[in-house]
Amino acid sequence: MAEQAADRRVPTVIADDVHIVYRVNGAKTGKGSATAALSRIVKRSGDRGVRKVHAVRGVSFVAHRGEAIGLIGSNGSGKSTLLRAIAGLLPPESGRVYTDGQPSLLGVNAALMNDLTGERNVILGGLAMGMSREQIKERYQEIVDFSGINEKGDFITLPMRTYSSGMQARLRFSIAAAKDHDVLMIDEALATGDAKFRLRSEARIRELRKEAGTVFLVSHSNKSIRDTCDRVLWLERGELRMDGPTDEVLKEYEKFSGK
Amino acid sequence: MSAPTSPDEGLTAAQLAAKYGLAVSGARPSLPDYVRQLWGRRHFILAFSSAKLTAQYSQAKLGQLWQVATPLLNAAVYFAIFGLILDAGRGMDKDVYIPFLVTGVFVFTFTQSSVMSGVRAISGNLGLVRALHFPRASLPVSFALQQLQQLLYSMIVLFAVAIAFGSYPDASWVLIVPVLVLQFCFNTGLALIFARAGAKTPDLAQLMPFVMRTWMYASGVMFSIPVFLADKPQWIANVLQWNPAAIYMDLMRFALIEEYGSQNLPDHVWAVAGGWAVLFAIGGFVYFWKAEERYGRG
Repeated sequence: MAEQAADRRVPTVIADDVHIVYRVNGAKTGKGSATAALSRIVKRSGDRGVRKVHAVRGVSFVAHRGEAIGLIGSNGSGKSTLLRAIAGLLPPESGRVYTDGQPSLLGVNAALMNDLTGERNVILGGLAMGMSREQIKERYQEIVDFSGINEKGDFITLPMRTYSSGMQARLRFSIAAAKDHDVLMIDEALATGDAKFRLRSEARIRELRKEAGTVFLVSHSNKSIRDTCDRVLWLERGELRMDGPTDEVLKEYEKFSGK
Repeated sequence: MSAPTSPDEGLTAAQLAAKYGLAVSGARPSLPDYVRQLWGRRHFILAFSSAKLTAQYSQAKLGQLWQVATPLLNAAVYFAIFGLILDAGRGMDKDVYIPFLVTGVFVFTFTQSSVMSGVRAISGNLGLVRALHFPRASLPVSFALQQLQQLLYSMIVLFAVAIAFGSYPDASWVLIVPVLVLQFCFNTGLALIFARAGAKTPDLAQLMPFVMRTWMYASGVMFSIPVFLADKPQWIANVLQWNPAAIYMDLMRFALIEEYGSQNLPDHVWAVAGGWAVLFAIGGFVYFWKAEERYGRG
């Protein structure tokens, strides 16, 4: 890192006063019937029955190439939301996010279907992440082997709903981790499964991190943040409370959370 | 470490981004770029639609047999009610009326279910939209494609019904292909329009069934428009017959049913069918693309 710092530091992600607001329908007086919907459209009073949740409030920072940045904060402080905004998946209410290339979130859960076989889900998940059919064919065996689904018999040809939750999580992670990324974002809850698989997935995350230019890691484990990140952003109630070197921020954070 | 180095100090975020060539994350691509991206995702679109179709019946004991059994049962119910009990054919020969009715039901269902799945294409898949990058039009297009595959299964039943009532395969059956292509373009455009509307107002999912039912009754699914409106001014029948649902139903009947001749079709029928398809496919696509960067907003 030292020679990079002496050299020019190249920014890869710039967040400029980002605000994100969720609109929740039906949280106030929600009548979801067709007639209520009609009257709402006719009256053009779109705000009725809508509650706003201001999840991220004016966050700004600059991330540079080669940095591994941890995001910490209590539950509901806006960490995952901020990650999605950086990835361009959740449009900000105001403010801008500039990125170099296409940041991607490590995760493919939403594209998979429980009623399909593991086999088809590998293909579907790969395609959803933007891999080509050839790339998937090439990596198919690797993905299945990594997941360890077939260690106890031919499970990959069974529908995913028949898997135990641990097995489902393993397959999901294996598919998601099959692709290389430019700017990579990891939500730590991903690495699940039994102890053996956790070790294997942590090793794979380290590998992915090496290949990626900039890494964001959301985690509640101060240990894994300390192990992997050189800089930490601390979010609390959607605001950036602290931004600095890992040790400094973690010390304050531990004081704050009373550990 | 975290303090910016001197040459970049004092630059605003936008200037800094411009200096290093960073782009706004999640910005809307230009229309040609968007088309290219969508084409690049064609395998995903195809895989997603057939996966949805397969997943539908995967828990049933008869499995994929339901793809054909469902339309067959549908046809049987309509036959019993409108053919046997109500006799809605109004003088139409049974050999014509039964295939006429079944064709109408299947063809209209194709448009109806494309609209209904279009409404929920974005709003019902927010998890997917907020997790992965892909041109969002992939979703409505893929849902329209799923409905097309569904219709192809229904066509098996339709062919059986037509043959059972004395309309045997002949040269005019070839016309089925262009009719399906045109209707698919129209449906896709409609699905794109409703996907954008449904993303902003998910309540449309509650409202649309009523709109679609009204449209169904106005399009002559169970009756022949010219026969029913014989004593009304000609322009009313014309307007009803030129509506896209009626156009595609009539063309399909014309192609399929031996005794349903061109005298039942409105003027300029092919031009109107093509016009609706092009207008909605292009218009719907552009309309959907215009809001590309906003899909997935909380």
